[in-house]
Amino acid sequence: MTVELFIFYIFSIVTVASSVMVISSKNPVHSVLFLILAFFNAAGLFILIGVEFLAMVLVVVYVGAVAVLFMFVVMMLDINFVELREGFLQYLPIGALIGVILLVELILVGTSWAVSSGTDLAVQAAGINATPTGIPNTKALGMLIYTNYFYLFQSAGLILLVSIIGAITLTLRERVGVRRQNISRQVNRKPSETVQLVKVKSGEGI
Amino acid sequence: MQGYLFDYLPILIFLGIAIGLAFVIITASMVVARQRPDAEKLSAYECGFEPFDDTRGKFDVRFYLVAILFIIFDLEVAFLFPWAVSLGAIGVAGFWSMMLFLGVLTVGFIYEWKKGALEWE
Repeated sequence: MTVELFIFYIFSIVTVASSVMVISSKNPVHSVLFLILAFFNAAGLFILIGVEFLAMVLVVVYVGAVAVLFMFVVMMLDINFVELREGFLQYLPIGALIGVILLVELILVGTSWAVSSGTDLAVQAAGINATPTGIPNTKALGMLIYTNYFYLFQSAGLILLVSIIGAITLTLRERVGVRRQNISRQVNRKPSETVQLVKVKSGEGI
Repeated sequence: MQGYLFDYLPILIFLGIAIGLAFVIITASMVVARQRPDAEKLSAYECGFEPFDDTRGKFDVRFYLVAILFIIFDLEVAFLFPWAVSLGAIGVAGFWSMMLFLGVLTVGFIYEWKKGALEWE
Protein backbone atom coordinates (compact mmCIF):
# COMPACT_ATOMS: atom_id res chain seq x y z
CA MET A 1 0.00 0.00 0.00
CA THR A 2 2.83 2.36 0.84
CA VAL A 3 4.48 1.68 -2.53
CA GLU A 4 1.17 2.48 -4.23
CA LEU A 5 0.91 5.71 -2.26
CA PHE A 6 4.49 6.61 -3.16
CA ILE A 7 3.80 6.04 -6.88
CA PHE A 8 0.61 8.08 -6.58
CA TYR A 9 2.53 11.00 -5.11
CA ILE A 10 5.21 10.82 -7.82
CA PHE A 11 2.60 10.80 -10.59
CA SER A 12 0.52 13.58 -9.08
CA ILE A 13 3.52 15.80 -8.33
CA VAL A 14 4.79 15.45 -11.91
CA THR A 15 1.26 16.10 -13.24
CA VAL A 16 0.88 19.30 -11.25
CA ALA A 17 4.41 20.49 -12.02
CA SER A 18 4.04 19.89 -15.76
CA SER A 19 0.62 21.58 -15.76
CA VAL A 20 2.24 24.64 -14.20
CA MET A 21 4.91 24.49 -16.88
CA VAL A 22 2.23 24.30 -19.61
CA ILE A 23 0.92 27.73 -18.73
CA SER A 24 4.19 29.32 -17.70
CA SER A 25 6.74 28.21 -20.30
CA LYS A 26 7.75 30.85 -22.83
CA ASN A 27 7.90 28.61 -25.87
CA PRO A 28 4.45 27.30 -26.92
CA VAL A 29 6.00 24.13 -28.34
CA HIS A 30 7.44 23.38 -24.90
CA SER A 31 3.97 23.99 -23.46
CA VAL A 32 2.52 21.30 -25.69
CA LEU A 33 5.31 18.88 -24.75
CA PHE A 34 4.63 19.49 -21.06
CA LEU A 35 0.95 18.91 -21.77
CA ILE A 36 1.86 15.50 -23.19
CA LEU A 37 3.85 14.75 -20.02
CA ALA A 38 0.84 15.76 -17.93
CA PHE A 39 -1.39 13.43 -19.98
CA PHE A 40 0.99 10.52 -19.45
CA ASN A 41 1.08 11.07 -15.70
CA ALA A 42 -2.71 11.40 -15.58
CA ALA A 43 -2.86 8.03 -17.35
CA GLY A 44 -0.64 6.65 -14.59
CA LEU A 45 -3.06 8.03 -11.99
CA PHE A 46 -5.98 6.43 -13.84
CA ILE A 47 -4.22 3.07 -13.73
CA LEU A 48 -3.67 3.49 -9.99
CA ILE A 49 -7.42 3.89 -9.35
CA GLY A 50 -8.17 0.89 -11.55
CA VAL A 51 -9.65 2.43 -14.71
CA GLU A 52 -7.18 1.02 -17.20
CA PHE A 53 -9.37 1.57 -20.27
CA LEU A 54 -9.59 5.31 -19.63
CA ALA A 55 -5.82 5.37 -19.12
CA MET A 56 -5.21 3.71 -22.48
CA VAL A 57 -7.72 6.00 -24.20
CA LEU A 58 -6.01 8.98 -22.63
CA VAL A 59 -2.70 7.88 -24.10
CA VAL A 60 -4.05 6.89 -27.51
CA VAL A 61 -6.53 9.71 -28.11
CA TYR A 62 -5.11 12.63 -26.15
CA VAL A 63 -1.40 12.03 -26.58
CA GLY A 64 -1.65 10.44 -30.01
CA ALA A 65 -4.18 12.76 -31.58
CA VAL A 66 -5.20 15.80 -29.56
CA ALA A 67 -1.68 16.84 -28.57
CA VAL A 68 -0.56 16.44 -32.18
CA LEU A 69 -3.45 18.67 -33.21
CA PHE A 70 -2.38 21.25 -30.61
CA MET A 71 1.11 21.07 -32.05
CA PHE A 72 -0.36 21.70 -35.50
CA VAL A 73 -2.26 24.73 -34.27
CA VAL A 74 0.86 26.11 -32.58
CA MET A 75 2.88 25.59 -35.75
CA MET A 76 0.14 26.60 -38.16
CA LEU A 77 -0.75 29.99 -36.75
CA ASP A 78 1.68 32.55 -38.00
CA ILE A 79 1.88 34.41 -34.68
CA ASN A 80 4.77 36.27 -33.21
CA PHE A 81 4.60 35.07 -29.63
CA VAL A 82 6.71 37.92 -28.30
CA GLU A 83 4.16 40.43 -29.53
CA LEU A 84 1.36 38.31 -28.11
CA ARG A 85 2.88 38.48 -24.65
CA GLU A 86 2.99 42.28 -24.52
CA GLY A 87 -0.59 42.72 -23.32
CA PHE A 88 -0.08 40.27 -20.45
CA LEU A 89 -0.28 42.77 -17.59
CA GLN A 90 -3.25 44.49 -19.16
CA TYR A 91 -5.32 41.29 -19.15
CA LEU A 92 -4.00 40.06 -15.78
CA PRO A 93 -6.91 41.33 -13.57
CA ILE A 94 -9.70 39.81 -15.64
CA GLY A 95 -7.70 36.59 -16.12
CA ALA A 96 -7.12 36.36 -12.38
CA LEU A 97 -10.83 36.94 -11.77
CA ILE A 98 -11.81 34.10 -14.12
CA GLY A 99 -9.20 31.90 -12.44
CA VAL A 100 -10.66 32.60 -8.99
CA ILE A 101 -14.19 31.87 -10.24
CA LEU A 102 -13.04 28.55 -11.68
CA LEU A 103 -11.28 27.68 -8.41
CA VAL A 104 -14.44 28.43 -6.41
CA GLU A 105 -16.47 26.28 -8.80
CA LEU A 106 -14.03 23.39 -8.45
CA ILE A 107 -14.11 23.66 -4.65
CA LEU A 108 -17.91 23.68 -4.72
CA VAL A 109 -17.95 20.59 -6.91
CA GLY A 110 -15.42 18.83 -4.70
CA THR A 111 -17.20 19.56 -1.43
CA SER A 112 -20.87 19.28 -2.37
CA TRP A 113 -20.76 16.27 -4.68
CA ALA A 114 -20.98 13.10 -2.64
CA VAL A 115 -19.81 9.86 -4.21
CA SER A 116 -22.59 7.33 -3.87
CA SER A 117 -20.29 4.35 -3.22
CA GLY A 118 -21.35 2.16 -6.13
CA THR A 119 -25.10 2.40 -5.57
CA ASP A 120 -25.83 4.26 -8.78
CA LEU A 121 -29.06 2.93 -10.28
CA ALA A 122 -27.67 2.07 -13.70
CA VAL A 123 -24.60 0.50 -12.18
CA GLN A 124 -26.82 -1.58 -9.92
CA ALA A 125 -28.99 -2.59 -12.84
CA ALA A 126 -26.00 -4.00 -14.65
CA GLY A 127 -25.16 -5.94 -11.53
CA ILE A 128 -21.62 -4.68 -11.27
CA ASN A 129 -19.69 -2.53 -8.88
CA ALA A 130 -17.93 0.70 -9.74
CA THR A 131 -14.62 -1.02 -9.03
CA PRO A 132 -15.52 -4.61 -9.85
CA THR A 133 -13.65 -7.64 -8.67
CA GLY A 134 -13.17 -10.41 -11.17
CA ILE A 135 -14.34 -8.40 -14.18
CA PRO A 136 -11.79 -6.34 -16.06
CA ASN A 137 -12.54 -2.63 -16.10
CA THR A 138 -12.88 -2.54 -19.88
CA LYS A 139 -15.51 -5.27 -19.82
CA ALA A 140 -17.41 -3.57 -17.00
CA LEU A 141 -17.46 -0.39 -19.07
CA GLY A 142 -18.63 -2.25 -22.15
CA MET A 143 -21.50 -3.86 -20.22
CA LEU A 144 -22.84 -0.39 -19.45
CA ILE A 145 -22.13 1.84 -22.46
CA TYR A 146 -23.88 0.00 -25.26
CA THR A 147 -27.10 -1.02 -23.55
CA ASN A 148 -27.73 1.05 -20.41
CA TYR A 149 -26.42 4.25 -21.90
CA PHE A 150 -27.72 3.61 -25.41
CA TYR A 151 -28.90 7.17 -26.12
CA LEU A 152 -25.70 8.77 -24.86
CA PHE A 153 -23.67 6.35 -26.95
CA GLN A 154 -25.68 7.11 -30.10
CA SER A 155 -25.48 10.84 -29.49
CA ALA A 156 -21.70 10.45 -29.20
CA GLY A 157 -21.85 8.92 -32.69
CA LEU A 158 -23.95 11.83 -33.93
CA ILE A 159 -21.52 14.33 -32.42
CA LEU A 160 -18.68 12.61 -34.26
CA LEU A 161 -20.72 12.79 -37.49
CA VAL A 162 -21.33 16.50 -36.98
CA SER A 163 -17.65 17.07 -36.34
CA ILE A 164 -16.74 15.24 -39.58
CA ILE A 165 -19.13 17.46 -41.53
CA GLY A 166 -18.02 20.58 -39.70
CA ALA A 167 -14.33 19.96 -40.28
CA ILE A 168 -14.93 19.29 -43.96
CA THR A 169 -17.14 22.32 -44.58
CA LEU A 170 -14.78 24.61 -42.68
CA THR A 171 -11.47 23.57 -44.17
CA LEU A 172 -12.05 21.87 -47.50
CA ARG A 173 -11.84 24.15 -50.47
CA GLU A 174 -11.98 23.15 -54.08
CA ARG A 175 -8.98 24.20 -56.07
CA VAL A 176 -9.63 25.17 -59.65
CA GLY A 177 -7.33 23.98 -62.37
CA VAL A 178 -6.21 20.83 -60.56
CA ARG A 179 -6.19 17.76 -62.78
CA ARG A 180 -7.15 14.72 -60.78
CA GLN A 181 -6.52 11.15 -61.80
CA ASN A 182 -9.79 9.57 -62.99
CA ILE A 183 -9.01 5.87 -62.92
CA SER A 184 -12.20 4.57 -64.55
CA ARG A 185 -11.82 7.00 -67.42
CA GLN A 186 -8.21 5.98 -67.73
CA VAL A 187 -9.03 2.30 -67.90
CA ASN A 188 -11.97 2.76 -70.28
CA ARG A 189 -9.96 4.53 -72.95
CA LYS A 190 -9.68 2.59 -76.16
CA PRO A 191 -6.75 2.92 -78.54
CA SER A 192 -9.13 3.50 -81.44
CA GLU A 193 -10.51 6.67 -79.82
CA THR A 194 -7.27 8.22 -78.77
CA VAL A 195 -4.57 7.20 -81.23
CA GLN A 196 -4.81 7.92 -84.93
CA LEU A 197 -2.37 7.25 -87.67
CA VAL A 198 -1.88 10.12 -90.05
CA LYS A 199 -0.12 9.77 -93.35
CA VAL A 200 1.85 12.90 -93.98
CA LYS A 201 3.14 13.65 -97.41
CA SER A 202 6.72 14.62 -97.52
CA GLY A 203 7.26 18.34 -97.62
CA GLU A 204 3.84 19.16 -96.00
CA GLY A 205 2.69 19.54 -92.41
CA ILE A 206 -0.51 18.30 -90.86
CA MET B 1 -6.58 -4.62 -6.72
CA GLN B 2 -3.01 -5.53 -5.81
CA GLY B 3 -2.79 -8.27 -8.41
CA TYR B 4 -4.14 -5.91 -11.01
CA LEU B 5 -1.42 -3.37 -10.23
CA PHE B 6 1.25 -6.07 -10.39
CA ASP B 7 0.33 -6.48 -14.07
CA TYR B 8 1.56 -2.95 -14.63
CA LEU B 9 4.80 -3.44 -12.68
CA PRO B 10 6.89 -4.14 -15.85
CA ILE B 11 5.78 -0.81 -17.31
CA LEU B 12 6.79 0.96 -14.11
CA ILE B 13 10.18 -0.76 -14.12
CA PHE B 14 10.62 0.16 -17.78
CA LEU B 15 9.71 3.76 -16.97
CA GLY B 16 12.25 3.82 -14.14
CA ILE B 17 14.98 2.39 -16.38
CA ALA B 18 14.17 4.91 -19.13
CA ILE B 19 14.31 7.89 -16.76
CA GLY B 20 17.45 6.57 -15.09
CA LEU B 21 19.17 5.94 -18.42
CA ALA B 22 18.31 9.43 -19.69
CA PHE B 23 19.63 10.93 -16.46
CA VAL B 24 22.85 8.86 -16.63
CA ILE B 25 23.49 9.76 -20.28
CA ILE B 26 22.99 13.48 -19.77
CA THR B 27 25.07 13.69 -16.59
CA ALA B 28 27.82 11.50 -18.08
CA SER B 29 28.12 13.75 -21.10
CA MET B 30 28.26 16.76 -18.80
CA VAL B 31 30.85 15.25 -16.48
CA VAL B 32 33.07 13.23 -18.80
CA ALA B 33 33.11 15.35 -21.97
CA ARG B 34 35.20 18.49 -22.23
CA GLN B 35 33.08 21.60 -21.72
CA ARG B 36 34.27 24.70 -23.52
CA PRO B 37 31.21 26.79 -24.31
CA ASP B 38 31.74 29.47 -26.93
CA ALA B 39 29.29 31.82 -28.60
CA GLU B 40 30.80 31.00 -31.98
CA LYS B 41 29.85 27.35 -31.58
CA LEU B 42 26.17 28.27 -31.54
CA SER B 43 26.32 30.76 -34.42
CA ALA B 44 25.59 29.97 -38.05
CA TYR B 45 28.18 27.75 -39.67
CA GLU B 46 31.08 29.57 -41.26
CA CYS B 47 29.96 29.18 -44.87
CA GLY B 48 26.23 29.50 -44.13
CA PHE B 49 24.24 32.69 -44.11
CA GLU B 50 21.99 34.28 -41.54
CA PRO B 51 18.34 33.19 -41.82
CA PHE B 52 16.20 35.59 -43.83
CA ASP B 53 13.02 35.47 -41.74
CA ASP B 54 11.17 33.59 -39.05
CA THR B 55 10.98 29.81 -39.24
CA ARG B 56 7.29 29.99 -38.39
CA GLY B 57 5.43 29.70 -41.66
CA LYS B 58 1.79 29.04 -42.39
CA PHE B 59 0.85 25.40 -42.77
CA ASP B 60 -1.69 24.36 -45.32
CA VAL B 61 -5.03 24.01 -43.53
CA ARG B 62 -5.52 20.58 -45.10
CA PHE B 63 -3.07 19.07 -42.60
CA TYR B 64 -5.53 20.15 -39.93
CA LEU B 65 -8.39 18.46 -41.78
CA VAL B 66 -6.45 15.20 -41.93
CA ALA B 67 -5.64 15.44 -38.21
CA ILE B 68 -9.30 16.09 -37.27
CA LEU B 69 -10.51 13.18 -39.37
CA PHE B 70 -7.85 11.00 -37.75
CA ILE B 71 -9.06 11.94 -34.26
CA ILE B 72 -12.68 11.18 -35.16
CA PHE B 73 -11.95 7.69 -36.45
CA ASP B 74 -9.52 7.13 -33.59
CA LEU B 75 -12.40 7.76 -31.17
CA GLU B 76 -14.63 5.43 -33.14
CA VAL B 77 -12.05 2.65 -32.74
CA ALA B 78 -11.72 3.47 -29.03
CA PHE B 79 -15.44 2.73 -28.66
CA LEU B 80 -14.95 -0.64 -30.35
CA PHE B 81 -12.58 -2.02 -27.68
CA PRO B 82 -14.97 -2.35 -24.69
CA TRP B 83 -17.65 -3.54 -27.09
CA ALA B 84 -15.46 -6.33 -28.39
CA VAL B 85 -14.47 -7.38 -24.87
CA SER B 86 -18.01 -7.42 -23.47
CA LEU B 87 -19.91 -8.63 -26.54
CA GLY B 88 -20.70 -11.95 -24.91
CA ALA B 89 -22.41 -10.25 -21.98
CA ILE B 90 -24.45 -7.55 -23.71
CA GLY B 91 -26.14 -9.75 -26.29
CA VAL B 92 -28.02 -8.80 -29.42
CA ALA B 93 -29.04 -5.33 -28.19
CA GLY B 94 -25.44 -4.35 -27.65
CA PHE B 95 -24.44 -5.72 -31.03
CA TRP B 96 -27.07 -3.69 -32.91
CA SER B 97 -26.35 -0.64 -30.80
CA MET B 98 -22.80 -0.70 -32.09
CA MET B 99 -23.98 -1.40 -35.65
CA LEU B 100 -26.14 1.74 -35.50
CA PHE B 101 -23.19 3.75 -34.20
CA LEU B 102 -20.96 2.43 -36.99
CA GLY B 103 -23.72 3.11 -39.53
CA VAL B 104 -23.93 6.76 -38.50
CA LEU B 105 -20.18 7.11 -38.82
CA THR B 106 -20.18 5.29 -42.15
CA VAL B 107 -22.57 7.95 -43.43
CA GLY B 108 -19.96 10.51 -42.41
CA PHE B 109 -17.23 8.46 -44.03
CA ILE B 110 -19.10 8.23 -47.35
CA TYR B 111 -19.80 11.97 -47.24
CA GLU B 112 -16.13 12.63 -46.64
CA TRP B 113 -15.04 10.31 -49.45
CA LYS B 114 -17.48 11.72 -51.98
CA LYS B 115 -16.59 15.26 -50.99
CA GLY B 116 -12.97 14.53 -51.83
CA ALA B 117 -11.57 15.28 -48.38
CA LEU B 118 -9.38 12.19 -48.53
CA GLU B 119 -7.68 13.21 -51.76
CA TRP B 120 -4.54 15.26 -51.69
CA GLU B 121 -4.50 16.44 -55.35
